[in-house]
Amino acid sequence: MKDFNYHSAKDSKEASKLASSSSAFLAGGMTTIPSMKLGLATYKDLIDIKNIKKLSGIKVSGRSVTIGAATKHVEVSNSKDVKKAIPSLSSLAEGIGDPQVRNRGTIGGSIANNDPSADYPSACIALNATIHTNERKIEAAKFFKGMFETALKKGELIEAIEFQIPEKSSYQKHPNPASRYAIVGVYVAKHKGDVNVAVTGAKSCVYNDKEMSKALSGNFSSSSIDGMDLDSSEMNTDMHASAEFRASLVVTQAKKAVDAC
Amino acid sequence: MASLVGSRVERKEDKRFLTGKGRYTADINLANQTYAIFVRSPHARASIKKLNIDKALKSSGVVSILTGKEIADDKIGGLIAGWAIRSEDGTEMKCPGNPPLAKDNVNFVGDPVAVVIAESLAEAKEAAEKVEVDYKVLKAVTSTADAMNGDTIHEGIDKNLCFDWLLGDRQKVKEAFDKADKVISIDIINNRLIPNAMEPRACVADYNAASEEITLYTTSQNPHLSRLIMSAFGNVAPEHKLRVVAPDVGGGFGSKINVYNEDIVCSWAAKKISRAIKWVAERSESFLTDIHGRDHVTHAELAVTKDGKFLGFKNETIANLGAYARVFGTVTPTYLFGPCATGVYEIPAAYTNVKAVYTNTAPVDAYRGAGRPEATYTIERLVEKASMELGIDKTELRIKNFPTAFPFKQTLVHTVDSGDYVAGMEKAKQMADYKGFEARRKESEAKGKLRGIGVTSYFEACGIAPSAAVMSLGCGVGLWESAEVRFNPTGQVTVYTGSHSHGQSHQTTFAQIAADELGVPIENIDIVHGDTDKGTFGMGTYGSRSLAVGGIAIVNACKKIVEKGKRVTAKMLEANPEDVEFKDGEFIVSKSNKKKTIGEVAFACYLPGVRDEMKSPLPEGDEPGLKETSFYDPSNFSFPAGTHIAEVEIDPETGHVKLEKYTACDDFGRIINPMVVEGQVHGGLAQGIGQALYENAEYDETGQLMTGSYMDYTMPRADNFPEFNIGYTCTHATTNPLGVKGCGEAGAIAAPPTVMNAVIDALGGQEVTMPATAEKVWKACKNLKKSNAKAA
Repeated sequence: MKDFNYHSAKDSKEASKLASSSSAFLAGGMTTIPSMKLGLATYKDLIDIKNIKKLSGIKVSGRSVTIGAATKHVEVSNSKDVKKAIPSLSSLAEGIGDPQVRNRGTIGGSIANNDPSADYPSACIALNATIHTNERKIEAAKFFKGMFETALKKGELIEAIEFQIPEKSSYQKHPNPASRYAIVGVYVAKHKGDVNVAVTGAKSCVYNDKEMSKALSGNFSSSSIDGMDLDSSEMNTDMHASAEFRASLVVTQAKKAVDAC
Repeated sequence: MASLVGSRVERKEDKRFLTGKGRYTADINLANQTYAIFVRSPHARASIKKLNIDKALKSSGVVSILTGKEIADDKIGGLIAGWAIRSEDGTEMKCPGNPPLAKDNVNFVGDPVAVVIAESLAEAKEAAEKVEVDYKVLKAVTSTADAMNGDTIHEGIDKNLCFDWLLGDRQKVKEAFDKADKVISIDIINNRLIPNAMEPRACVADYNAASEEITLYTTSQNPHLSRLIMSAFGNVAPEHKLRVVAPDVGGGFGSKINVYNEDIVCSWAAKKISRAIKWVAERSESFLTDIHGRDHVTHAELAVTKDGKFLGFKNETIANLGAYARVFGTVTPTYLFGPCATGVYEIPAAYTNVKAVYTNTAPVDAYRGAGRPEATYTIERLVEKASMELGIDKTELRIKNFPTAFPFKQTLVHTVDSGDYVAGMEKAKQMADYKGFEARRKESEAKGKLRGIGVTSYFEACGIAPSAAVMSLGCGVGLWESAEVRFNPTGQVTVYTGSHSHGQSHQTTFAQIAADELGVPIENIDIVHGDTDKGTFGMGTYGSRSLAVGGIAIVNACKKIVEKGKRVTAKMLEANPEDVEFKDGEFIVSKSNKKKTIGEVAFACYLPGVRDEMKSPLPEGDEPGLKETSFYDPSNFSFPAGTHIAEVEIDPETGHVKLEKYTACDDFGRIINPMVVEGQVHGGLAQGIGQALYENAEYDETGQLMTGSYMDYTMPRADNFPEFNIGYTCTHATTNPLGVKGCGEAGAIAAPPTVMNAVIDALGGQEVTMPATAEKVWKACKNLKKSNAKAA
């Protein structure tokens, strides 16, 4: 690992001020640090945001759950409030990585990184989340731009993620047997009026499957998507799963999620 | 005193391991040490046009940079194959040179070309990036099946063929097949595995200019053998000037048998720079450069009568050696494979033909089971298929072909001294509730799931020795084992063994044996291993040989101690040595109440005199001291056997295979410590199930390792396994005084076919290659649905 400067910011303003084209924000460091160790990324400055109090914590209102960006996965999975308001979100957090990752990794870090097989982005899409940054509010549907790409501008810092509480929801994942990242993860959320079927792992970026959303909005039953033949042309192929297999898994996991709702 | 052999004595090593006090090679830091980083080939096959170290030499903190040229100039020898195998046509095998640092050609990704030695690890890394190597990239050969059609990798080795070996009689087999009612045939792949010991390889080499002695601390399963190889073939230093220490080692599984490039280079370089050098592999280096295991492509056939008697067996295998032939590389796919390929069955005629090929991949060598998992997979997949095609119950078909009398003269090489395969099968069936399977299958079906059951009956030849036998088969050394038992004057015992413990619990098991033999409390016995300066020569630990060979050497040395003790007691108590009996640590003159404890005898041996008395307590001809050595060379291999039964449930929608039940009923002969044996069985099963369902080393066509990290190489985890159902039948080995057989490899040998037979049973007999990943199984489920629909 190459040498770098370490800064611990006391508030968002300071963090933002320290940011440059050769810096990175450091929350849990679950991606940043290994990337640096492997020489895949080098930064001149790492700006630690874990000590910014405002960025941690969970707030639940009648309509939404708001989670601070630096809140660790373990805090989300252990939160009684989250478990009560959106149980699927708490179980998603419980299924991320391993205990070490859950004890360090943060929700903001996961979303900012936008790994195509990360779990949290699907929750944002399914639960109509609003991403609060130090500059603005961004709808989840406009936040995830592509593989490892988000709407965040340089120096823009996620402060919190606000999830809409659905009527029912469930997240089901088919994990990569080696890394345990999602080969396919499907987050189904039934809101008043419509249903979101957010899919991670299948394509280069998380997306809302319109075809299944529509079918389930009409009839919220796994039978309405059973046997659905999804277009696999844009789906990922790697040594663990072909596009064709992924397309099938998306339907299977969606059915499982509906049944679990 | 109650016997310790057979009881669950808590492990003596646990205290230090569980409290983080183990001392591994990477924990060793010597004064003024330097750090080594190896510059490795990023290409699978290339010639080195130019290597420029000028920029790197100017990098901060660099002490020295050495390349293939210097190592060749100093006439340091290369890595070697330990067994010479002859082809069917009588020609000797063909092995390429394998210099510790490549000079002209590189042959796999990770092949080292230079070593950078610097004051700090960071500086070594930075300088290594500045070493400029100009490669001419050549077309790589990576496929096992097609290797013989690829470009010639090593000059003079046609078709990339190391040898084309035959064991058995083709003519007899042809005659047997001519008489058969039916021929069952199978094409299988034994997938390549990466051993993944928890502790990556490491070494620290030190040079003492005063004594001109090199000390190498290294992660080895066999320090004495490593020293011999480095001295005799590596030309690193004469044996008396080379000390090899393998301290606590965190798992080997065969991957730490070999002397590796880094051992030789660091030892040689430490002398050159007259400073200590430390090298610790990163995990990614372990993936690339540790030896890999398995990698066979096999076509096999079994000739049977319609009522299920086996008549003949054919096995045509291509075995991948990787880029170079290493220590056990050539014997693993031959004598460790061929003889066991006929399994636990009486088959009148059989042959195994193996073509061993070179490819531009990491060297393939002995990995837990070494040859026997491949053999067992071949015959047990074939027998299971025969049961399906003949419509005979899979357990009945096996029993029908088991030998009924022992010793059992197995078809090709071995005479198995003892066993009771029927008893093992019956017990396994009971443990697994084999009878209840159909009901469980129906329950799964009702849930929309597919359930399968698979059986394997195996035997294996381990406890690798005897010397005369292995040397007749081409082994370059004898495979006996040594032990030295040393009493201290005050009665404690130190046992030196040539075996090496890297997870096997020798400190406990061997102490149990010595405690029983000598009647000394176990806490007063220390087991010392892993240092060529301590104890006599030894051959090390692999092939489930530590107990059946090394353990017996300890028994024999203890017996010599007791014999001397009897003579000394007789002299002290004025009796005839023949009248002295030894029991529970006491020498008793029969028909009297006169006795001496072994502690008193030891004391007398070291302090042979009494004030005011001129008489020595030692008999004439006996020297003072109480220390005995034994070099034990067994009369045969040991032959553990057993039956394993697995049950899986498959979700046809996702292809997920859930291992529901796993039953292992093994015959390991006498068991010294049941808890330690359970650990060995669990570990072996985890690796065997890993091969069947998860693990696979995959190279792309350019020779890049696609599974070079835990992101892509699936190491099985605890939650992949059910609670193992373990039992034993114990028929004692007749070829050693303890009646023991090896237990370290059985799980890895039996589990792959057991699990795959269950998976294939669930899939209605459709072939699936290992590992049975979700996608492969999902596809098979789709086919099954189609063909069921057609049938309906």
